[in-house]
Amino acid sequence: MSQKPFLRIDNIRKRFGPIVASDGVSLEIQEGEIHSLLGENGAGKSVLMSMICGMVRPDEGEIIYKGQSVRFNSPREAIRQHIGMVHQHFMLVPNLTVAENYILGQGSALRVINDMDEVHAKIRELSDRYALDVRPDALIEDLSVGEQQRVEILKTLFHGIDLLILDEPTAVLTPQETDRLLALMRDLVKDGKTVVFISHKLDEVMRVSDRISVMRDGRVVNTVNVADTDARGLARMMVGRDVGMELARNPANPGPLVLSVENLTCRSETGLPAVRGVSLHVRAGEIVGIAGVSGNGQTELSLALSGLLPVDGGRVVLNGKDITGLDPVRINASGFSHIPEDRHKHGIVMSMSLSENTVLQRYDQPPFAARGMLNRRMISEHTRDLIKRFRIKSRDEDQRIGDLSGGNQQKLVVARELARNPDFILVNQLARGIDIGAMEFVMEEMLKQRDSGRAILLISTELEELFAICDRILVMFHGEILGELPPDRTRLDELGLLMAGKTEQPALAG
Amino acid sequence: MEQVNQGVRENVYPQAAQALYRTLSQVAISAVTPLAAVIVALACGAALLWLNGFNGSDVVTVMIFGSFQDMRSVGEILLKATPLILIGAGLCVAFRCKIWNIGAEGQLYVGAIAATFVGTSIDGLSVWVHAPLVMLAGAIAGAAWAGIAGYLKVRFQASEIVTTIMLNYIAIILTSYLVTGPMKDASAAYPQSARLVREAWTPRIVSDMRLHVGILVAVVLAVALYIFLQRSSRGFALRVVGQNPHAARYAGMNVGRNIMIAICISGAMAGLAGAFEVAGVTHRLYQNISPGYGFEGIAVALLAGNNPLAAILSGGLFATLRSGSEVLQITSQVPQVLVLVIQGIVILSVVAFAKLRDIIRIVA
Ligand SMILES: Nc1ncnc2c1ncn2[C@@H]1O[C@H](COP(=O)(O)OP(=O)(O)OP(=O)(O)O)[C@@H](O)[C@H]1O
Ligand SMILES: [Mg+2]
Repeated sequence: MSQKPFLRIDNIRKRFGPIVASDGVSLEIQEGEIHSLLGENGAGKSVLMSMICGMVRPDEGEIIYKGQSVRFNSPREAIRQHIGMVHQHFMLVPNLTVAENYILGQGSALRVINDMDEVHAKIRELSDRYALDVRPDALIEDLSVGEQQRVEILKTLFHGIDLLILDEPTAVLTPQETDRLLALMRDLVKDGKTVVFISHKLDEVMRVSDRISVMRDGRVVNTVNVADTDARGLARMMVGRDVGMELARNPANPGPLVLSVENLTCRSETGLPAVRGVSLHVRAGEIVGIAGVSGNGQTELSLALSGLLPVDGGRVVLNGKDITGLDPVRINASGFSHIPEDRHKHGIVMSMSLSENTVLQRYDQPPFAARGMLNRRMISEHTRDLIKRFRIKSRDEDQRIGDLSGGNQQKLVVARELARNPDFILVNQLARGIDIGAMEFVMEEMLKQRDSGRAILLISTELEELFAICDRILVMFHGEILGELPPDRTRLDELGLLMAGKTEQPALAG
Repeated sequence: MEQVNQGVRENVYPQAAQALYRTLSQVAISAVTPLAAVIVALACGAALLWLNGFNGSDVVTVMIFGSFQDMRSVGEILLKATPLILIGAGLCVAFRCKIWNIGAEGQLYVGAIAATFVGTSIDGLSVWVHAPLVMLAGAIAGAAWAGIAGYLKVRFQASEIVTTIMLNYIAIILTSYLVTGPMKDASAAYPQSARLVREAWTPRIVSDMRLHVGILVAVVLAVALYIFLQRSSRGFALRVVGQNPHAARYAGMNVGRNIMIAICISGAMAGLAGAFEVAGVTHRLYQNISPGYGFEGIAVALLAGNNPLAAILSGGLFATLRSGSEVLQITSQVPQVLVLVIQGIVILSVVAFAKLRDIIRIVA
């Protein structure tokens, strides 16, 4: 490696109060490579990248970019040096168009208005060149998560990049969208750009990277060429032990019917039919999965079941009680737990503490409340217990949850929902942002819940997640359940066909 | 523990010292920024006066300390602080729930009307019954008036900013109508209501001063609202609704009901302030019973960072500035508009510094 590194991070330290997020981290990125960054939740990946792109200022250490020591005071300065970052949480203004978002905070307002046509033209050109499918006049709030992601990426291209940082871009993408993103990353590298990629999904990392660095406790512990390693080795470097790719589990022992859904129909928030006559049954002691390409009504199904979206027709019965169209208060009270798809929208209150988020549903019930007043001691104790059990990396239970790393926020949501002692657990995307070690733990927890007689419905776009813990897999397409399969990897093709909406077997399948 | 909190350097500070350090730094950040806001604003005010040919620092000194002459003038400050604390603390609750109630002025007026009605139309009760009854009437009327805006918001998604401003006009005009018409004291030349019966008056603290027990009620209620917001289940729900209504719904909170509760609490506090103005100060209803307390209350809540406990202090500060400017008008040539401008600067800089405080919190 005589070649001078494109970007060198030298012994950077960053603390947030007593928390050490970067503990003397050093890293070298070569020009024109795809460099992946792995590490457990809270290892300091996002914070490190935020320092490179000027969002956070390091306490100590040096960043050497293109041979010069740089110190950015704002993302704008980094953008001027052609460093672009797509964050774990998107940073777009929902009620503005794509083009408006791009010029936000750039140059003088007057000049910008004159150039708007030019801006649109430039967006169209870039969108065509990289097949991003972004319309400059689309409103952000009308776009799906996958589309917003492409808008974010195009935004960095719009401002010009030599270095692109992607922080867990695939956590919210479907496998198809992920393939597209990985191809895009390769195209960018072909055009002479450099990419840093953060992900918890080892297969993606293995597929796309040139080199891989593993972080642990605020430091880079190892950097390897992709040819010299495999998923297993990476997992060991990350977690420090072998992570079983296959979970040990007992056969399911289904008991009485807990949830039955008959012919449910509902419309999406925009008023289009989204769920068209779904019927399904979940028994105590089993995990039923729903597979499907996202956008086929899964979001609406889970919102309708939990009372957040009006039901147009059909019946939902939980524990023998009709809960169709009830409001969430009463659905929650009937033994219903819900790990929501969009944790920032529904799952947590970013500005509140871990403790407060832990009792989001039970703030007025004993033992967390008595005579209308919160029992803060009980709440703290309970939260501390969850933090310990789920290894949620945090300062203490009074920390703002928004300051936790993304995966640790998700762990708290999972911990809270399981701790509510539900009869039925609705899960929409279990793993969102959770590292592989924690993932194993969470899945084992779900299996324990199953074995103790809970009924679980797991909606997921990740087939691996479904195969690992489900007892039956339903496939959803265009708002309907097309079929049911056992969690048998040998029938992957069949599953794929169903997910694409093909119910008939090809003639020669025999 | 060590395994759980990897990355946390627990040995740097012992746990207790850490917690203390955090609390102190939070208190420092919360206290220093409003103080800095006021100091910067007054410095700007002094500069402005100086540009207009006055001795800026003298005038500002009068504005702050001019009203602290004797016990009586302190009493007058507290008298002005009463409605400001009540309204400010009430608005803290609404603002925490992200309800922008701009209608405290109107709620104060209907509170005053209701208090006048109860204080003039009933006779023969003991002061122990009648005086509290008047307060209660004011609070209920204020809550109901605010409740209209709350209902329109919950039912029709009507912006409470617009509706509460409209309701201000209606309440003020209604008052004018009543004191010139149905409630007018027939024997008086000016538009004013009949005098409240003695038993309805809010008792004074010292017999020869105008200061009444309202100030004590205001302080107690501000403390109570603080406890309500921070420690009660309902207060928790209000805060969640304000911070993330989607999560509130997900968690099974009734967003509409919580909005109603928050806006009605702020309305009740403003209505109570109106009742005290009538029953404690003027003893009659007049056309302009409030010199804009309802609007100044918004600034009080902002300066307090939407913390009802801090509203006691910021209410006191605004009352001091108000008294000081009255002294100024009497003793100096400074035009009243300039005094108003200085008050405006205080409010603006409070808002600016509140923003700054958030930024500091994020960085620190
Ligand atoms: N603004 C902040 N205030 C306090 N602590 C913070 C802040 N931002 C990050 N941290 C802490 O710094 C540590 C590293 O966080 P970071 O977000 O970099 O983790 P990560 O490696 O990206 O994890 P994940 O995979 O879960 O996204 C965490 O312990 C987190 O709680
Ligand atoms: Mg992260």
